[in-house]
Amino acid sequence: MSSEAPMPTDSSHQALAPKIRLEKVSKIFGRHADQALDLLAQGLDKKTVQERTGVVVGVYDISLEIAEGEIFVIMGLSGCGKSTLLRLINRLHEPTTGKVFIGEEDITAMRARELRRLRRNAFGMVFQSFALLPHRNVLSNVEFGLELHGVARQARRERAQQAIETVGLSGYEHKYPDELSGGMQQRVGLARALAVDPQILLMDEAFSALDPLIRGQLQDDLIAIQERMGTTVVFVSHDLDEAIKIGTRIAILRDGRLVQVGTPQEILAAPADDYVSAFVRGADRTKVLTAADVMLPLHTFAHLRDSPRALLRKMQHSGFSGLIVLDNQRHPLGYVELRQVIEMRDQTRLERSALRPLPCATPEEPLSELIRRSNVEGSPMVVCDTKGRAIGVIDKTTLLAALAQQGETDESTAATGEQTAEQPACAPPTPPASERNPSSEESQVPVEREDKS
Amino acid sequence: MKEFAPIPLGEWVSDGIDRLTREYATAFDSISFVIYELIDALKSGLHAIPAPWFIVLLSLLAVLAAGWRRPGGWGLGLFTLVGLGLVWNLRLWDDLITTLSLVLASEALVLLVGIPLGIASAKSAMVERILRPVLDVMQTMPAFVYLVPAVIFFGLGLVPGVISTTIFALPPLIRLTSLGIRQVPRELVEAALAFGATWWQLLTKVQVPVALPAIMAGVNQSIMLGLSMVVIAAMIGAGGLGNVVLEGITQLDVGKGFVGGLAVVILAIVLDRITQSMGKIYQQKGKPR
Repeated sequence: MSSEAPMPTDSSHQALAPKIRLEKVSKIFGRHADQALDLLAQGLDKKTVQERTGVVVGVYDISLEIAEGEIFVIMGLSGCGKSTLLRLINRLHEPTTGKVFIGEEDITAMRARELRRLRRNAFGMVFQSFALLPHRNVLSNVEFGLELHGVARQARRERAQQAIETVGLSGYEHKYPDELSGGMQQRVGLARALAVDPQILLMDEAFSALDPLIRGQLQDDLIAIQERMGTTVVFVSHDLDEAIKIGTRIAILRDGRLVQVGTPQEILAAPADDYVSAFVRGADRTKVLTAADVMLPLHTFAHLRDSPRALLRKMQHSGFSGLIVLDNQRHPLGYVELRQVIEMRDQTRLERSALRPLPCATPEEPLSELIRRSNVEGSPMVVCDTKGRAIGVIDKTTLLAALAQQGETDESTAATGEQTAEQPACAPPTPPASERNPSSEESQVPVEREDKS
Repeated sequence: MKEFAPIPLGEWVSDGIDRLTREYATAFDSISFVIYELIDALKSGLHAIPAPWFIVLLSLLAVLAAGWRRPGGWGLGLFTLVGLGLVWNLRLWDDLITTLSLVLASEALVLLVGIPLGIASAKSAMVERILRPVLDVMQTMPAFVYLVPAVIFFGLGLVPGVISTTIFALPPLIRLTSLGIRQVPRELVEAALAFGATWWQLLTKVQVPVALPAIMAGVNQSIMLGLSMVVIAAMIGAGGLGNVVLEGITQLDVGKGFVGGLAVVILAIVLDRITQSMGKIYQQKGKPR
């Protein structure tokens, strides 16, 4: 079958800490790499270096750490070196300088045999053009990786079958690639990668060649599979919405240099420079920002035992025309409006029946969902933690403000370096009386956002 | 103006050939012996099959190769049956078998040398650079030129015929094999490497199978070129259908020449269609049939 004896799988399955670490990695294509590296160190850009030395810069001076179980997205325009960077991770490209560690192992120092062992045991790879073997049927394509490992026929058939089921291709085992649609072909590609049970899944623009609907499905599948298997995924994409949807962190490359690394929220909220902000301009914020990102902290609220007169004073101070009522454990009880407080002003206590029930949101709910719910269930909305305690409030103004940011984009914030998702300067402390008004905290107070960094 | 003396290029070559024949006589003799045995075995093997059987078997093979579910397959089978039947009827069967053995033997040598060289030239830029001018010479140098050294080295008969046919038929297979392997999509190669393929696994499981249509086109081309050498090879005593044509020419017997030529054409068409269909079937594997 092959010149090399089948690799025994016993010794090779030693525990690798599947974490990827890149240390000052550069890749220059062509001769005179030293000269090009000097020029790059002086801060010249890719194009100038190419004009002066004739070499093509893949990536320059990239240091990164990718944690186990992450979906790490490498983003950038075409030609920015993102596919090169991906291929440096499994050494399909030889780095010109720098080191790449897979777990504790320095892949750049490996001999050919060791490298093959690592590739067989740690990596699965999925390609933009699917890269399926046209002369093999689906089953046989999925078996390919295992076949290279020298896994026995019966065992590899079983594992391939499992992988085919995982990606939802059962029943197509004996079809040939050219009988399948693009989306199905890429499922085969994914199954082929999953069949070897990889610790690291490298995906090179894997979904870019597919139409949006199929792409969305495959993204969902990938997320589900990743959650189930805990695989570390490195995903190259030029599509920001895709990166935001699947990525736990995103790295943005420009001309072979690393511009910014962060969670989708961080990148949207604080683009490192004009390039990144131009990049994120088109992103759909409503899918990224969550209740926790846009909510205002709940500082001003009412207790049931408060007297209506005390509440009136609170409202006067804060300028709110309504208040959220909490119990002692900060569980929300309801919402009381100025009009009702005025009616009850001679009583000593609020009546529970006067409270309007409040919709509750979780901190993770995306903005798009919040907008939908506020239409149906009214506002304000309380954001509660897992124990049901109120941690923040969202009203229509907050939602509009968050949306407004999407339209007017990040130019201003990129310039000042401030975070975006807070209050728009124009938001009045007391919104128009036509609406039932927010009982939330003063808008002027800057909101502490929880950035997961 | 003083004229330069002519460079004695021709003499050098003659001297070189002389020295080769003198010093490596045993080597050439043993090569000659091996090839002779090869052809002889092939020839007597093919002769052992009675002509009618052979014709029917080849027709069936043609039908299978071209696909028995397609009408074209049966057409090819019928053509083979009638065409070869005609050759038999014309009492040219023995000559046809001799020619067929010559072509098959040289094709075996072509495959043996051509595919490894094609692979090497696809994988190494150095090999490609060296091979390219050599192939150019092989393809453009008139065949008569190396007919003479072939005779000097290997004597008269089938063996020098096979050798010169091999030289003539080799280039397209090397070129197409190399091209086919170079044209295997980069991502396919990367995929194999990313899954930890060895050099050999990459070659046998990915590059050669994907390049196979191109390689089959090369095989087809080299068989056709081999057949076109039949008459020339007959000049150095290779015999077969080429001899019939040659006799026709030398005796100014137009009829005989035509009949011999027709038999060559029939054999060529049959071999061409069969090898082409084999390549196509491979390509279409996977398409709904």
